[in-house]
Amino acid sequence: MRQLQILGLVFALIAFAPLVISSDAWLNLVIMTLYAALLGQAWNILGGYGGQFSFGHAAYFGTGAYTVAVLQVEIGINPWLGMIAGGSMAMLVAAIIGFSTFRYGLRGSYFALVTLAFAEVLRILSNSVNFTGAGVGILIPLEPGVTNFQFLTKDGYFWVIWFMTLAAFATVWWIGNSRFGAQLMAVRDNEAAARALGVQAYRVKMGAILLSSLFSGLAGVFYAQYFLYLDPGIAYGPAVSVESLLVPIIGGMGTLFGPLLGAVALHGISELTREFIGDIPGISLVLYGTLLVIMVLFMPRGLAGLVNRLTPKPKRINPKTVEQTHA
Amino acid sequence: MTDKIQPAGVGRRNFLKTTGAAALGLGVTGFPAVLRAQSAKVKIGLIHPVSGFIAFSGNQCREGALMAIADLNAAGGIKSMGGAQLEAMLADSQGKPDIGAAEVTKMAEAGVDGIVAGYASSISLATSQEAAKTNTPHVVDVGVSDKIVSRGLPNTFRFGPGYGKIAEFAVANLDTINKAAGSPAKTAMIIHEESLFGTGTAKLLSAKLPENGIEVIDVIKHANPTRDFTNIVLQIKSKKPDLIIPANYYNEYVLLARTMRQQRVEAMGIYSVLGGAASNYKFVKEFPEAAENIMDCNHWFNPKSEIAQARKAAAEAKGLVYTYEVFLAYNAVLGLADAIERAGTTDKDAVNAALAASTMDMSYMPYAPTKMVNGQNQGAQPVNTQVQNGDIDVIFPQEFASAEAIFPMT
Amino acid sequence: MPDINILIPSVLNGLTTGALYALVALGLTLIYGVLHIINFAHGALLMIGLYAVYFLNVQFGIDPYIALLIVPPAMFALGYALQRGIISRAGHGRDENILLVTLGLAIIIENLSLFVFKSDTRVIDTPYSFEVIELFGAFLPLPKVIAFAGALITATLLWLLMARTDLGKAIRALAQEPKGAKLVGIDTEHVFAMSFGLGIACLGVAACLLLPSYYVSPHVGHGFVLIAFTVVVLGGMGSFVGALIGGLIIGVVEALGGLFLGESLGQIGIFLIFILVLIFRPTGLLGHKV
Repeated sequence: MRQLQILGLVFALIAFAPLVISSDAWLNLVIMTLYAALLGQAWNILGGYGGQFSFGHAAYFGTGAYTVAVLQVEIGINPWLGMIAGGSMAMLVAAIIGFSTFRYGLRGSYFALVTLAFAEVLRILSNSVNFTGAGVGILIPLEPGVTNFQFLTKDGYFWVIWFMTLAAFATVWWIGNSRFGAQLMAVRDNEAAARALGVQAYRVKMGAILLSSLFSGLAGVFYAQYFLYLDPGIAYGPAVSVESLLVPIIGGMGTLFGPLLGAVALHGISELTREFIGDIPGISLVLYGTLLVIMVLFMPRGLAGLVNRLTPKPKRINPKTVEQTHA
Repeated sequence: MTDKIQPAGVGRRNFLKTTGAAALGLGVTGFPAVLRAQSAKVKIGLIHPVSGFIAFSGNQCREGALMAIADLNAAGGIKSMGGAQLEAMLADSQGKPDIGAAEVTKMAEAGVDGIVAGYASSISLATSQEAAKTNTPHVVDVGVSDKIVSRGLPNTFRFGPGYGKIAEFAVANLDTINKAAGSPAKTAMIIHEESLFGTGTAKLLSAKLPENGIEVIDVIKHANPTRDFTNIVLQIKSKKPDLIIPANYYNEYVLLARTMRQQRVEAMGIYSVLGGAASNYKFVKEFPEAAENIMDCNHWFNPKSEIAQARKAAAEAKGLVYTYEVFLAYNAVLGLADAIERAGTTDKDAVNAALAASTMDMSYMPYAPTKMVNGQNQGAQPVNTQVQNGDIDVIFPQEFASAEAIFPMT
Repeated sequence: MPDINILIPSVLNGLTTGALYALVALGLTLIYGVLHIINFAHGALLMIGLYAVYFLNVQFGIDPYIALLIVPPAMFALGYALQRGIISRAGHGRDENILLVTLGLAIIIENLSLFVFKSDTRVIDTPYSFEVIELFGAFLPLPKVIAFAGALITATLLWLLMARTDLGKAIRALAQEPKGAKLVGIDTEHVFAMSFGLGIACLGVAACLLLPSYYVSPHVGHGFVLIAFTVVVLGGMGSFVGALIGGLIIGVVEALGGLFLGESLGQIGIFLIFILVLIFRPTGLLGHKV
């Protein structure tokens, strides 16, 4: 139960951000960090808890994003309804991908590469059909209004992403404390043994990919409403897939707080390198990459692993440090 | 510590050091305005994709904009503000709209007075929209999508032409060139890249060319990067169009042109629209034979203007290839500075109003007089160029032409 | 419907392009098949190879084909050092860490190149750049025909190396029974690094054969990574003959896909084949359970 209390406390502290932070740029950083934590936690459900590495989470992200955008622009459906549709469509895509891979027992790097291929197929399709605007992309008209899922200030977007991320983290807490989660982790650790104990591996993995895709899809919906423009490269390109897996791996796979730590670390590093390295093209990214490699060198189990090692009691995370680096 | 290695007139934006300190404190409000009031310099934000896939173009834009700032400062800065110097705030969008938008937010808080951005249309859409939230004047340097200036944003301006205008001109000028030669060209094939500019341009061209009696027999869309163009060139060979119309980025253009030569394609003309290479001195220098007599409808300077030639010489003296990115970004900074000069203040509403009323003299470009409608300079237009004897000449419109069109090419 | 007359030239061209893909994939199949590393830095290392060939040509007038004597050995050394110095240390034997390290390396290498070489697209001019060979009415560019032959030779050499030499035996032993190999006294660290080095040396060969018909810029590698993975999976992990055949198949599929579906949508054929092979024959066409 302790974890749940900490989770509640962390999100309660984060909720103060719009009150304490007057700077839009800093609030934007908090928003983008939460957004990265959402992407990462979504991946973590399948990759961290389920042991199924996906290189193609852009497939769900992009589907969520395009669904809300296309419904809005082409048919005039309210984006709040579009959000539900976006999450559902992402789950539908996941159902297809999960069905066609898990049923045939694809695992490890094979699964990773096939998800990458699915994302590429979707990218090429969205580039070729008319209703997504093809290569021209799709622009959501600027009409600020709460009913329209567009906010004049960043506070509105903050609350949306805060709720979405909280939902993802609560779900993962539930996974860590439920029968479903126990089965999922059993499949991850030893699928044959889990089967022998009567775990229906296929159903458990399908459950994980569906939950995972739902949150990726929601992240896509958020992106679409925040930036109001999509094209095939933004929606289905490899950048999102890479960010989705980078965040939990850096933070600590298969841990509840890993994606949050990872998101804070990655955005912190990215921000610092961009800020202090200067304006010579590429150099800040060189430092960013170097820090990535160094982190892996010294923290083979991610930041959460480091926190566990440094704190006397296992599974204890000091919420104060989290919040300080955050605000 | 980084100040030393930067070009003159560039300062750090000190975002973390200033706004960061406040954000970490107890929620100080309203300090960006204080910060701006203290600053004597006019801060121009330059946001370009200087890393990532389109880094070449992004760097060209940045260089052009920095040259403009240096020139303006050398000429005495903003005179109506007591000779206030311009200071560049640099940012890298890494080719991503979300990072571009985040940089706008930061600059707005660091007290930027106006922004010149985006190069790519997708990034320009995001940066101008974000700038609109703080009413910060935003001049789009290249971004040819017409959606950029059709959203009714009161802070967004473009001095260069959009692709609607460019496609219209491309069709009209092609018609003139063709008729002058006795209308030999009856068919055309369009080869375009798959993103916004290529697709949008191809759509407009295939709708308008038939009106002038040129049948579009095929439109081929290709990916970025396309690793091999032989397949496309084979299709060109089998369909034998009179005209080949490419609309793609530099790398793909190079491969396409090279493959067309290898496969011995013969056509009356290669007429590219916003083609990455045919109006690029580097391409002409590296592939003189493949480039010879290719025509292009693209952004260009007025070759008869001494100012334009002097700027070209200055850029080349710095080791830059004088591409359209360089002079469009240069002009965007001039347009913004001109508005600040006329407004006599950096008040955002006043500068936006001055931009909307801009009648800046742009005779160094082949433009009609500057007139803003919905943020778009109505005077902006492309020209037709042709590679002749290893150099790039303007062949149309007549008043800017430095050579006669060679068509059909032999 | 495309003109039937261009079908043969299109297929022939697809074969030569496919040979280039096979060249890039040969190194990957070794690294992936033996070390089970999904090497995200493969494209970035190809780019390094291309820049090496470029500068040898421009600075010292060395023909790209002569550079075959210089670039692959240099790339071998680079690969050996990377594996031994960074990848194996940071990997800690965990897949996700290795993945992250290669990703980090890719970011570093690409942006260092952007800083050092600038973002310009560079091409070299050789006397044979525009030479073609006429075959069945098709014009095949000479550099691509040479690359085709080079792919065949490289695949054969690798096959011989694996089948006939002690190193090859050690590599195979390590791929199949990592623990057993250690027990019989194989220096696993060294053999892993040799395999990685060889894989990167293959990229050096690919770079020499590719540049005469292509260009180099800091991001040039991206266009080849995904294709190379497709080829590796299609051919079967760790199979050189498989990579060769896989490359040729992908080349032809790409050519025909472009012809029948359009150049942009046609790319989908590559990934559909990839998905189908993974689902129905995950060991690839010539692969066996490793």
